[in-house]
Amino acid sequence: MIDAVEVEGLRVVRGGRLVLPGLDLQVPAGQIVGLLGPSGGGKSTVMRAVVGVQRVDAGRVEVLGLPAGHPDLRHRVGYVTQAPSVYGDLTVAENVLHFARLLGVRDSASAAREAIERVDLTSHARSRTDALSGGQRSRASLAAALVGRPELLVLDEPTVGLDPVLRRDLWALFRQLADDGVTLLISSHVMDEASRCDRLVLLREGQVLADETPTALLERTGAADAEGAFLFLVDGAAT
Amino acid sequence: MNPRLTVVTAGRVLRQVLRDRRTLALMLVVPVVLMCLLAWIYADGPLFERVGPTLLTVFPFVVMFVVTSVATLRERTSGTLERLLTTPMGKGDLVLGYALAFGLLAVVQGVLVTTVSVWLLGLDTAASSVWLVLVVVASGVLGTSLGLLASAFAATEFQAVQLMPATVLPQFLLCGLLVPRDQLPRALELVSDVLPLSYVVDAATAVAGQVQPRADLATPLLVIAGWILVALVLGSLTLRRRTP
Repeated sequence: MIDAVEVEGLRVVRGGRLVLPGLDLQVPAGQIVGLLGPSGGGKSTVMRAVVGVQRVDAGRVEVLGLPAGHPDLRHRVGYVTQAPSVYGDLTVAENVLHFARLLGVRDSASAAREAIERVDLTSHARSRTDALSGGQRSRASLAAALVGRPELLVLDEPTVGLDPVLRRDLWALFRQLADDGVTLLISSHVMDEASRCDRLVLLREGQVLADETPTALLERTGAADAEGAFLFLVDGAAT
Repeated sequence: MNPRLTVVTAGRVLRQVLRDRRTLALMLVVPVVLMCLLAWIYADGPLFERVGPTLLTVFPFVVMFVVTSVATLRERTSGTLERLLTTPMGKGDLVLGYALAFGLLAVVQGVLVTTVSVWLLGLDTAASSVWLVLVVVASGVLGTSLGLLASAFAATEFQAVQLMPATVLPQFLLCGLLVPRDQLPRALELVSDVLPLSYVVDAATAVAGQVQPRADLATPLLVIAGWILVALVLGSLTLRRRTP
């Protein structure tokens, strides 16, 4: 299997604190890989390193066969930060169209419309994003990443603050994208989203506690769900 | 660098500013009101003629500095900058896009405030008003470029606003408005020789006092252009794709 992302010995110090002591991680192409763990465990730092905006102290991060942050990757990797990064004084449609233009998407207007429809925001396309709810704004931010049709999508907590219906719909969208060949690296601290991923990476204090399929994780730990597996592994590491 | 991305950015920034009535008012109305006040203060004396042209060029500098530094900082703090830098956008494209958008606004501002000052308030300069407009616009664009650079040294919008008194007021004292620069104590004169606002005042003085200001305008306008260039280059160098 080809890996869309390969991380080897990634070491990151942020503000004098060792966030990642030496992380190894593979994200197989065309899969949904869930990066799970408590906040402060290093999830966002891993994602920032993958999209090439994190200053790293050591290690190798390769994305789609190129070093992370390579100029050729900027058309091919979509990144959605935890806090929605859209312009509050522009409408949803204007925001998405802006990123379509920056990415040089052909027929940017219809691409923008389509991306907005995919995140179910068509009815709010003409609303300013600062007038939207938190969940709507994060979907607007997602649409701005989808519009470039990236091969790799890096999503930092995309389902925070969404109601169960929307969460289900977004996961259906993620699955659909994966079926189309897109690789997704998705972080979450909601453990019940684990079952929707092809692979799970449990991260705690910069250490990978587990990196396997959800089924294998549950079998190995004998836990009923990802939360139980996580607790089992943390307790096991402590003793 | 890619001109298309520069234009896309400038279009987006302009759209944001045009939607923000209060910022527009600050940029276009405030300099006009200040000039009206100045004319009123000096209603019965020759002083309006003396300090008018200089202050006419200083006001747009200050206003554009504040507006641009805060607008640019908003990009840095809102998370959109990090996102932009994961797209094909170059650092130079972004800085030039901002400079282009606010530069255009500086042109509108310069034409407006000069027109009002000359035709409504009766501000008289030896040289043609066209030269005056040129200097006022150059001053506004200079303020924009320095504001872009200054935003790199602020972490919040609150700090960005505080940069204005810290960087603009000392220039105001040394620019030759209060005491002609060649009469300043030698040390201060040397400092004023490198400060950009000094050359705005030099240019304004040339336009105010000479029918054919071309010869005396060349040096100040060149220095202003140099400062604009340096500020934009330094401004784009302070953007970092990778941050700690």
